[in-house]
Amino acid sequence: MTVEPVEDEAAEAEPPAEPEAPEPQPEPQPEPADDATITMVLWRGDESGGEFVDYVMPAVEGEVVLDVIHRVQATAAPDLACRWNCKAGKCGSCSAEINGIPSLMCMTRVDTLPVGADVVVAPLKTFPILRDLVTDVSFNYEVAKRIPPFNPRPKTVDESKAGGYRMAQIDVERSQEFRKCIECFLCQDVCHVIRDHEENKTSYAGPRFFIRSAELEMHPLDVSDRREVLRKEDGLGMCNITKCCTEVCPEHIKITDNAIIPLKERVVDASYDPVAWLGRKILRRTKASVTEASATSPATGPAAIQPDPGVHGIPTAVGE
Amino acid sequence: MPEYETHDFDVIVIGAGGAGLRAAIEARSRGLRTALICKSLLGKAHTVMAEGGIAAALGNVYPDDNWKVHFRDTMRGGKMLNNWRMAELHAKEAPDRVRELEEWGALFDRTKDGLITQRDFGGHRFARLAHVGDRTGLEMIRTLQQKAVADGIEVFMEVKVIRVLKGADGAVSGVVGYWRPSGQFVTFTAKAVILATGGLGKSWMYTSNSWESTGDGVALALWAGADVIDMEAVQFHPTGMVWPLSVRGILVTEGVRGDGGVLRNSEGERFMFNYIPPMFAAETADNEEEGDRWYDDHADNRRPPELLPRDEVARSINSEVKAGRGSPHGGVFLDIATRRSAEYIRRRLPSMYHQFMELAGVDITAEAMEVGPTCHYAMGGVRVDADSQETTVPGLFAVGEVAGGMHGANRLGGNSLSDLLVFGRRAGIGAAKVVDERTRNHRTVAIDPGEVKEAINAATAPFARDEGENPYELQADLQQTMQNLVGIIRTQSELEEAMGELEKLEARAANVSISGGVAYNPGWNLATDLPSMLSVSRCVTQGAINRKESRGGHTRDDFPKPDPEMGSVNFVQRIADGTGGSDGPLGTPSIRTITISPEPLPVMPDELKALLEDES
Repeated sequence: MTVEPVEDEAAEAEPPAEPEAPEPQPEPQPEPADDATITMVLWRGDESGGEFVDYVMPAVEGEVVLDVIHRVQATAAPDLACRWNCKAGKCGSCSAEINGIPSLMCMTRVDTLPVGADVVVAPLKTFPILRDLVTDVSFNYEVAKRIPPFNPRPKTVDESKAGGYRMAQIDVERSQEFRKCIECFLCQDVCHVIRDHEENKTSYAGPRFFIRSAELEMHPLDVSDRREVLRKEDGLGMCNITKCCTEVCPEHIKITDNAIIPLKERVVDASYDPVAWLGRKILRRTKASVTEASATSPATGPAAIQPDPGVHGIPTAVGE
Repeated sequence: MPEYETHDFDVIVIGAGGAGLRAAIEARSRGLRTALICKSLLGKAHTVMAEGGIAAALGNVYPDDNWKVHFRDTMRGGKMLNNWRMAELHAKEAPDRVRELEEWGALFDRTKDGLITQRDFGGHRFARLAHVGDRTGLEMIRTLQQKAVADGIEVFMEVKVIRVLKGADGAVSGVVGYWRPSGQFVTFTAKAVILATGGLGKSWMYTSNSWESTGDGVALALWAGADVIDMEAVQFHPTGMVWPLSVRGILVTEGVRGDGGVLRNSEGERFMFNYIPPMFAAETADNEEEGDRWYDDHADNRRPPELLPRDEVARSINSEVKAGRGSPHGGVFLDIATRRSAEYIRRRLPSMYHQFMELAGVDITAEAMEVGPTCHYAMGGVRVDADSQETTVPGLFAVGEVAGGMHGANRLGGNSLSDLLVFGRRAGIGAAKVVDERTRNHRTVAIDPGEVKEAINAATAPFARDEGENPYELQADLQQTMQNLVGIIRTQSELEEAMGELEKLEARAANVSISGGVAYNPGWNLATDLPSMLSVSRCVTQGAINRKESRGGHTRDDFPKPDPEMGSVNFVQRIADGTGGSDGPLGTPSIRTITISPEPLPVMPDELKALLEDES
């Protein structure tokens, strides 16, 4: 019953004269012996409970964890629930905890895991279990709804005439980093503020949505001010910058350094700077003026206001 | 019999990729109660996989570019089988749709002047693709997703639609589906239904498509009595990964070639120079020096043959491998490492860099990639009115990869993202008109509970069988059949064999057995995808048998040349109303009831014809 992909390949690539010299290419690991197996320890169950179940599968060269899961489905457990889509690390669907580490199943090569050891795959801990490896991630979609949306400045006369908005590459790159996010929610899963404290979910947005807010705050066109929302509704102060989110991000976004800390600085500026406070009261200052300034000297964007290194982000974490 | 949940909307959109999102945004902006239904979570649709960019004649990099050139490139790339009106609307409206994305928050890479920059791609005369590195699809879907959320569009995630229903007047009345997490059934009544479910590549073994691409939209329309055209035109993208086996088929963006990458065989030869077809000879460099100069100077040099349209490149790679000049794992070499700096490659192609590093252990800044053709895109699809995207079933719309006509026999890279935007918006407008009309005429929309129960009973029947077919085995056998017999190069005897195999698979699919419960059961979910996979596979095979010529993505070994007479018709497939029955798997019409006939292409006006004559 086991579908043996190697045979499929032989059947498919018909050309008879093909010099199919399967020299082990840039593969770092030795090829496994024909009878090599891999033991998958998969969590099975639903919200009422469950257990880890062992599945012993033949080992196949070059596979990722998701491939083995698919073979388990096709041969041993057709109803094993797991989410996936692109299988190339671009959609962020197949998030799970592999040997305890929040990871994408499609980007975790089996030969990078300890040789001969069981591969334990569990659902994301921070979200309620639907079934097997699938969790209810609707928390994230609810938070997304309350982020104040993109709000661009009007076009200038020239921009309206032809070509649309003008932006410098260096200015778009800051937000582009955050727009690489594939919404795998691994950062949400690993963040102890909600991982260990269910009650915080009503008052905390989580790293994914801090980078969403950072992206909008640093967007060259956006004119909304999200600092109050970040402080009051999103619970930015609860993050105490342990950088766990940055470590698990499959897109290597510097969530803490490039998004959360600058946001904390902005919030501090807004909340505790009496001059800024007065300015807001009197002038209803918008971000547009700041953005224009940054267009002329791209190196000093709005978040580049360096505070005293000693208070780098920490006060907000403690103060709230 | 389980109870089912009911909903009522003006417009429902099935599919939340670029086309579905854009259509829903448009319908919502016109004040309609709009629901978006998708098989996965929001934001995971296959659009995220689009890498290279959105083709639009913005003229930001080459001011000489304009809609007329884009129209010409699209028609020639499609080997003139395109619906001319769709190609015209697409070329004219794409620039506005791209700038609109920017107004909704998208951040494209810029020119020195601060405009949206554009990259070269196969078949486009000018650098035309607006992009964000090599993750343009992600940027597009996230922008549209965030706009849809901000606009308050209701989204029903992880719902699989199994049937489109019609009222007594023959117009669409709603759909039946089920929630994948709970397995509970749900109906939606609506005055207009927009099908935006994407592609059908999952019927092949090696494909760039995800599990979702099972041709649901085409099948749902076909079963509802709509016409389907050009189904034989399936694009095999020339560059998919070939190794390791488990990632075989995953896409390698054409942007690698647009940014300077070249194809070499096992002898190190840039073989594409040996495969320049007469149609493109005038605009293609015939030596490496000229091809290399072109990257910096488009005006005085002709483009390198690596940037021929995808059908040409895929066939050439296929020939090289067959001639024994392939790479160790049965592909050819795509080399950008020796041609561009490591810094340039990482900046322009960050996703490709990571994809190869993490999945294949290959550093593309230092070594060549191994690539080969992979099933990628369906040019054919549901026949639609070019302006409104309405199908031949009143109130039923099809858009994006589900719709046929726009791309003819071969799609140019970058034209699909722009297609989604241009025609997504138009479908939203078209649906709004239908809703308005039906509201003014006081037409009530109702679905027949009897039909709903029938559909539910048929869909759940596999649970009652203790013994029967395993859906995964059926899928694997279908993929093997299509890969081996209806692949990149086709021939009469193999296609006929495939027709027979499909009928055998259909009979087996009627006997599928499922264990476990209805809640998040991938085996059952797959079983409910199999009927559409079988129907679209049948359409492709039947179309391929009838089109006795080679044109674009459809290549016949036994008819290697284009035939002008064949090139003047669409092959139209349908299940005439009331004749389909429910003898197929899970109560769907049997694939044997699908008929095919040639119909003349719409006649192009002279002023557009004149645009094509130039230099061709």
